Amino acid sequence: MNHQRCTQAAIATVVAKATLAAIVTIATIAAIIFWATMPRVFADENATWQNTVSRAQGQSVYFHAWGGEQRNNAYLAWVAEQVEAEFDIVLNHVKIRDTATSVSRVLAEKEAGNTENGAVDLLWINGENFASMKTNNLLYGPWAEQLPNFRLVNADANPEMRHDFSVPVEGYESPWLRAHLVFYYDSDYLEVPPRNMQELLRWARANPGEFTYPKPPDFLGSTFLKQALAELSTQPEALQQPVTETDFDAVTAPLWAFLDQLHPHLLRRGRTFPANGPEMRRLLADGETLLAFSFNPNDPVNRVQRGELPDSIRSYTMRTGTLANVSFVAIPFNATNPEAAMVVANFLLSPQAQLRAQDPEHLGSTSVLDPKMLTARQRQAFAAMTQSHPAALPEGERGNVLSEPHPDWMPALETAWMRRYGVN
Amino acid sequence: MVSTKDLKAAQALAPWLLLIFLAIPVLVGLAGVLLPSIGYSSAADQQALSLQAWQSLFSTPGLFHSVLLSVIPGLLSALIAFIIVFSFLATTSGGRTLNWIRRMTAPLLAFPHVAAAFGIAFLLTPSGFLFRLVSPLVSGWERPPDLLIINDPWALTMTLALIMKEVPFLLLMALAALPAIQADQRLAVARSLGYQRSTAWLWTVAPALYPALRLPIFAVIAYASTSVEVALILGPSLPAPLSVRTLSWFNDPDLSLRNLASAGALLQVAITAATIGLWILGERMISRVLAYYQQSGQRDFGARPLALLGRTGFIVTFSMLTLALVILIIQAFAGRWRFPDSFPDSLTLGHWRAQLPLLWDSLATTVTIAVTTVLIAFVLIVLTLEQQVSSARVHIGTGTHGNALTRVNHHHIISRLLYLPLLTPQIAFLFGYTVWLEKMQIPPGLLTVVLAHLVFVIPYMYLSLADAYRGLDKRWPMLAASLRITPARFFLRIKLPMLIAALLSSLAIGFAVSNGLYLPTLLAGGGRVNTITTEAMTMAAGGSRSTIAVWALIQAALPVLGFATALLLPRLIWKNRRGMKGFMQ
Amino acid sequence: MTMQSLQLKQLTLYLQQKCLLKLDTQIAPGEILTVMGPSGSGKSSLLAAIAGFLTPEFKLEGQVHLGNRRIDQLPPEQRGAGLLFQDPLLFPHLSIAQNLVFAMPASTRDKQEKVSAALMQLGLAGYEQRDPETLSGGQKTRVALQRLLFSQPQAVLLDEPFSSLDTDLRQEIRKLVFDALTKAGLPAVLVTHDQADADAADGRIINLQDS
Repeated sequence: MNHQRCTQAAIATVVAKATLAAIVTIATIAAIIFWATMPRVFADENATWQNTVSRAQGQSVYFHAWGGEQRNNAYLAWVAEQVEAEFDIVLNHVKIRDTATSVSRVLAEKEAGNTENGAVDLLWINGENFASMKTNNLLYGPWAEQLPNFRLVNADANPEMRHDFSVPVEGYESPWLRAHLVFYYDSDYLEVPPRNMQELLRWARANPGEFTYPKPPDFLGSTFLKQALAELSTQPEALQQPVTETDFDAVTAPLWAFLDQLHPHLLRRGRTFPANGPEMRRLLADGETLLAFSFNPNDPVNRVQRGELPDSIRSYTMRTGTLANVSFVAIPFNATNPEAAMVVANFLLSPQAQLRAQDPEHLGSTSVLDPKMLTARQRQAFAAMTQSHPAALPEGERGNVLSEPHPDWMPALETAWMRRYGVN
Repeated sequence: MVSTKDLKAAQALAPWLLLIFLAIPVLVGLAGVLLPSIGYSSAADQQALSLQAWQSLFSTPGLFHSVLLSVIPGLLSALIAFIIVFSFLATTSGGRTLNWIRRMTAPLLAFPHVAAAFGIAFLLTPSGFLFRLVSPLVSGWERPPDLLIINDPWALTMTLALIMKEVPFLLLMALAALPAIQADQRLAVARSLGYQRSTAWLWTVAPALYPALRLPIFAVIAYASTSVEVALILGPSLPAPLSVRTLSWFNDPDLSLRNLASAGALLQVAITAATIGLWILGERMISRVLAYYQQSGQRDFGARPLALLGRTGFIVTFSMLTLALVILIIQAFAGRWRFPDSFPDSLTLGHWRAQLPLLWDSLATTVTIAVTTVLIAFVLIVLTLEQQVSSARVHIGTGTHGNALTRVNHHHIISRLLYLPLLTPQIAFLFGYTVWLEKMQIPPGLLTVVLAHLVFVIPYMYLSLADAYRGLDKRWPMLAASLRITPARFFLRIKLPMLIAALLSSLAIGFAVSNGLYLPTLLAGGGRVNTITTEAMTMAAGGSRSTIAVWALIQAALPVLGFATALLLPRLIWKNRRGMKGFMQ
Repeated sequence: MTMQSLQLKQLTLYLQQKCLLKLDTQIAPGEILTVMGPSGSGKSSLLAAIAGFLTPEFKLEGQVHLGNRRIDQLPPEQRGAGLLFQDPLLFPHLSIAQNLVFAMPASTRDKQEKVSAALMQLGLAGYEQRDPETLSGGQKTRVALQRLLFSQPQAVLLDEPFSSLDTDLRQEIRKLVFDALTKAGLPAVLVTHDQADADAADGRIINLQDS
């Protein structure tokens, strides 16, 4: 009995032990398998990126970006220092006057059969130029959504990160900075600024020679045309379609009627226009005009702080809404060093780079990162950069956003403008 | 140590290399715009004769206006600058002012076009310095008047700026040519016949001087009728001059516009040629009229208008240029400076502090390109000139004619080709050159820029070095050889030290030319190569006035430093050698 | 140094197919042959032909020998014919001593001592470091002559060497030069249009006609 009990007990012990051993074994194997497989899903992404980073080592990147803005150049010089120290990448900022020149260069290289030693590695690009490069298969990619820092923009919650002037980005360019149109004026001479296009016309009639806008096809000049069109057009929904699918003349008729009336009251009676945004700003700084606008909402504050604009500058947005978009960087199909270009694009999206970009001391722009994706400390740092300055856009002035027209509209408007006003 | 044999081989090779550097980019470039303009271009997949590019060129709105905007600055600026220089020389010749003027002219000539254009823009714009000086006390303006001065539709301000730059250039060319035509003796004889000074100069010196100035005048016309950088700063935009529009067609992402740009570039060549033709026509007519008056025997013909034109033209030119420089300096240090204030509230070093960190790279690039270009040009030109010297005399007592003549031949080719890049519109051959580089898949960079710069640097350096060689007494080499001194030793120990001032000043000229080149750097460098000049132009697109002023001043300072070194160094080296004074300019 | 004569054998000089002059003569060591003639007669071209500096528009027939060397096919610096011009042509960037040393063959020993001794003889003691431009016309000519002698020429060609000097100085320098040439035993050709020069040279005179 004892023996029997003993045997039974022994059997139970063996079974229990065996079961335990089996469980432990299975658990171990599972753990091993889990450990070996599951993390590999993460590690895989990491490894590919690590691969890119290590291939990028020692490469140089020719970054074609508008060079007309002093602070921007200084910011990119800082970026160059960072990527050199961190990734051993030599970043050369090719300061261009006009993005179209670089696009034409890439196109010419394609025609000449140069498919891997292109002169451009990274390109600051937007709207029309992106659309044209995408249709002409001049872009490398898709790559942008694979950047480790891309998740920080939270594209699912911010659809504008995946659309450039209503053209789907599809990973062919990576967001960099936010922009929206703000107007600013000299409050010493102008108490109540015009808050929509009709007010602008009335004000210009009463105060001739106090306003002008950059000559299209300058980017900012064309933006003014789009803002006016979006506000004046009787068919705003047509602007979201390609031009060919709409009645261009009918849609734009109110715009031309407006400009026909406005031009005689512009600075120099509309017989010459500033070449670009900075020249328009210089005219305001010199007291030649009283009203100007910028695609960087922090620009007026930055300029006042640097003494380039008078202290009496105030900012506002149009009552009817304001154009907004995101600036991107893209890699041409024949970039010599696409890996290094991607590493730079990823760095541009890092909290460190974005924070500096938002810092009024440096670039004073608006970050593309979604605060929700940041750590509490990072959120605090970004919040600390918000400006309270007399020239800054007052709280709640952000206004409602007018979405950018389909990119077709820009060249169409520019051509029509040139035909009407390009030759005196 | 280089053997005499190597040296001789290098000497024989140099003239041909010089020709290649001078002519190939121009010829390749011209071919590169000619073919696309008649339908042969790989870019648009066309390979058949087609005049489409020309048709679309001639149907471009405002083309005629744009063409006029090439002709007006070209003809008008050359004509007015020429009149100012000739009347000034007529009224001051033989006087003491002339030597003083000569010294002032060289640094003003070194003032780059881009910097001068910015200075003039800051001066003349309605919110600019001149208007501030008279506001509000005299003019009553509390705010800038709405006047169309800069970018005026007929390019008059641009023409004015070009005149400011051309007067010193033509004056320097004239001063260099005067001794060769024995101006002083001619003047003395005519005055002893009872002619007033300026009349005497007009009838006896001017006819001999004019031929020496013809090619420089043509070069001036070619530059003024095609300049892009001055037109971008001061020229009209509705429409812009043909050169500016051509450049924007070339840079358009729509590559089919490149054929249009090619046609535009060739039209530019035709316009420049026609403008020069107009000049020649006018030249003939005026010389007939003058010939009639010359025989009239009137002793004071034209004396008064000449004096008036010469003095006022000269004073206006030089004070404008000086003011332009002054305003750039003030602006570069200006703190807050609102409109009616004549001077800034405060002065600051802030603009310099902000720009200096960004300066070093482009400064290094500028200097690297300029030094490389100038040294290559210098060595080739000196070797070529040495070759000419040694082939100009017969080595072997019974040397035959034929041999000597073939040797001298390249001298004639070179001296004619020198003006090719100066008379061909830059824009015309630089496009073709760029397209050719793209096609050859030669990556744009320092090398391609140096090659493009050589085309412009060689002519100026050659002209000044050939002058220096010509100025050397022919008996020196004879004397040296009779003292058993070998040609190599003579070159190193005698010629180089004696000509040091002239050689350094030709280096400085080359440096200044290279420093000032905008379009060649931009196009041949594919935008990658940033020099001070291209940076200054980019800054113009976005910077504040003070930022532009800082860059313009730096751009102007480089050639001035070069000329100052070229002027002072020889004086320092030879300060104890009075006999060397004659070898300094 | 061996005494050598300068021989002009059947020398004919053409300027663009036109015969300028014909000469066939020998100049003994220490002899001075004077060539006179109006300007344009080719007398300076004769010196250029002997020294090796004819420009391509000239053509030379015949031979030039110095001793038993034929020199008309040699480069100028190997001919050994020293030139003395109307102007002293001291190298303006070199000091007096440097000018003199520069002319000496590389093998010369005790260069500085020789310079000092020569300057002493010329009455220019202590002038070694002087700027040539600070010398008077006569002093410069003396230095130029000494420089010529230091280069150890085997013949001397004089191209109106005294015409830039004042009348009273001219006589003194003329004597100095001619004595030096005779003493060194060098054959010399003197081109001049000054009869006094020819008289002082005291040798044969060839008169070239205006052709």
